[in-house]
Amino acid sequence: MSRPAWSEKPGPVTVTAKAVALTVICLLVTVPFLVVVATSLASPEEVTANGGWVLWPQHPTLDAYREIFQGGQVTRAIGVSAGITIVGTAASLTATTLLAYALSRPQLVGGRKIMLGILFTFLFPPGMIPAFLVVKELGLLDSYAALIAPVLVNVFNLVIIRGFIQGLPAELFEAARLDGASEWKVLRHVVVPLSKAVLAVVGLFYAVSYWNAWFHASIYMSDAKWPVQQLLRTYIISGAQLADPSASEAGMVSAPETVRMAVLVIAIIPIVVIYPFVQRYFVKGVLTGAVKS
Amino acid sequence: MWRRLVRDRLLWLFLLPGLAYFLIFHLGAALGMGIAFTDYWPGGGIGEASWTGPGTFGRMFGDPDFWHAVLNTLEISLLQLVFFFPVPLALALLLHSLTSTTVKRFVQNVVYLPHFISWVIVVAVFQQILGGAGVLNGFLADNGMHTIDIIGNPDAFKPLLVAQIIWKDSGWGTIIFLAALSQVDDTLYEASVVDGAGPWRRFWHVTLPSIRPVIVLLLVMRLGEILSVGFEQVLLQRDAVGPAAGEILDTFVYYKGIVGGDFPYAAAAGIFKGLVGAVLVYAANKIAHRLGEQGVYR
Repeated sequence: MSRPAWSEKPGPVTVTAKAVALTVICLLVTVPFLVVVATSLASPEEVTANGGWVLWPQHPTLDAYREIFQGGQVTRAIGVSAGITIVGTAASLTATTLLAYALSRPQLVGGRKIMLGILFTFLFPPGMIPAFLVVKELGLLDSYAALIAPVLVNVFNLVIIRGFIQGLPAELFEAARLDGASEWKVLRHVVVPLSKAVLAVVGLFYAVSYWNAWFHASIYMSDAKWPVQQLLRTYIISGAQLADPSASEAGMVSAPETVRMAVLVIAIIPIVVIYPFVQRYFVKGVLTGAVKS
Repeated sequence: MWRRLVRDRLLWLFLLPGLAYFLIFHLGAALGMGIAFTDYWPGGGIGEASWTGPGTFGRMFGDPDFWHAVLNTLEISLLQLVFFFPVPLALALLLHSLTSTTVKRFVQNVVYLPHFISWVIVVAVFQQILGGAGVLNGFLADNGMHTIDIIGNPDAFKPLLVAQIIWKDSGWGTIIFLAALSQVDDTLYEASVVDGAGPWRRFWHVTLPSIRPVIVLLLVMRLGEILSVGFEQVLLQRDAVGPAAGEILDTFVYYKGIVGGDFPYAAAAGIFKGLVGAVLVYAANKIAHRLGEQGVYR
């Protein structure tokens, strides 16, 4: 984008002010992450000597990460999080796509009414206690399904996919019907290949929300089945002790700051890794959703 | 009718998992609100509870703790409205004014990132930076200045919440404003320049009026959610400051119901929140129409 013809060239003061503002904003976002990563890579002695954190480790070491992956509580929690994220994302994406496709077909009797009903649930969520009761009455307490089933379809994601399918040219569907293709074939061979980008974005939205979730785990699951975010919550924010298999005599040891920061890094890494893939699409995705709703 | 159902049987099959989800976890849960009118207790089943009528609501409205939670919620909401709401707009204006696409993209990618980080991590990172043994106080102590008590200080709690949400979601919030800014008709700018308008007058008379519908829309949506102020964020930090400063309506429901086992009371507080939210969305939408704006729905 170049400067429009009507706009005057900004003076040196304006340019400097903008540059300073942008630099400060970027530093405010990135420096906290750098502190966390640097602290996780430092030696415990260095961290203690420096008062709890470092910005640049003198003798970088991966000891903290080795300790995490020794097979204790953290290893298991990472496994739980990864499993929930993979299974949950697959289930959510499938259910949402099928629902969005069915609700985008104009010939479906009552489709519009169903969509309105679903949008209504979005405006009036039932609340925590009734949701808890449903999970309890279904016998899902302490089962991993309790972390997926109650959040299976997100209305926002549904609106994004449905809006995208509705935007596909009607002739495509007409041609497929003339060829005698079933709805399944149309979905599988026409709609899904054309919707790859939007499905990828929604899939990544789901993956992020499953990976980041902790509250449902805290009320539905016993601690042996906690995902990594809930583990982080109890032992970094609430300051609980971490069970350490290597310190069996003592049973519990207070994890050094380096280990705590290493768990933080592990919990952030999947987000940072997939981020570059989503960010190309999500602006478009968010806007489609915003316009439609 | 029947023939159309048979013809579309595959579509109905597609519909099934998603529809079942909404019926069970939304409609079913909506019916679950009914326990606010019973003497349900967590040990017993739903069948064992008996109807008590609306007495629980009377108990709730007479409870100073409940009103305290409502007041805290409104206070935080107001602080967010005044101090958080304008930040994405300002940031969007700054980003929109950049002529270098590379710089703009880079900054956008940096400021969107915190939106994808979980609240657990955001709170942990804030503790690391602003806590007693954190970066800020380490810096202040090293330079012979007084350390400041932010994390765990009830007086600093509400500003801290606002600071966190500014850090996490300002960047993400720019998306919708940037889209609106890119839609502004360029000929309006050209015409105003011809009429001799400087940057400020162009901002007041072209930019702002052009993006006003989006601002009003977001304000209306915010008003409808005035009793929702970031449940996860507050729950993570409430214990550090205690209920006097840190209890909001959602955490009140959580502590009464999930922790305390008084499910009817907690459900009643949840219903109160839902009803107020619905009334506010309706009212805000009406106001938007009065002002000649689109609002959320027609």
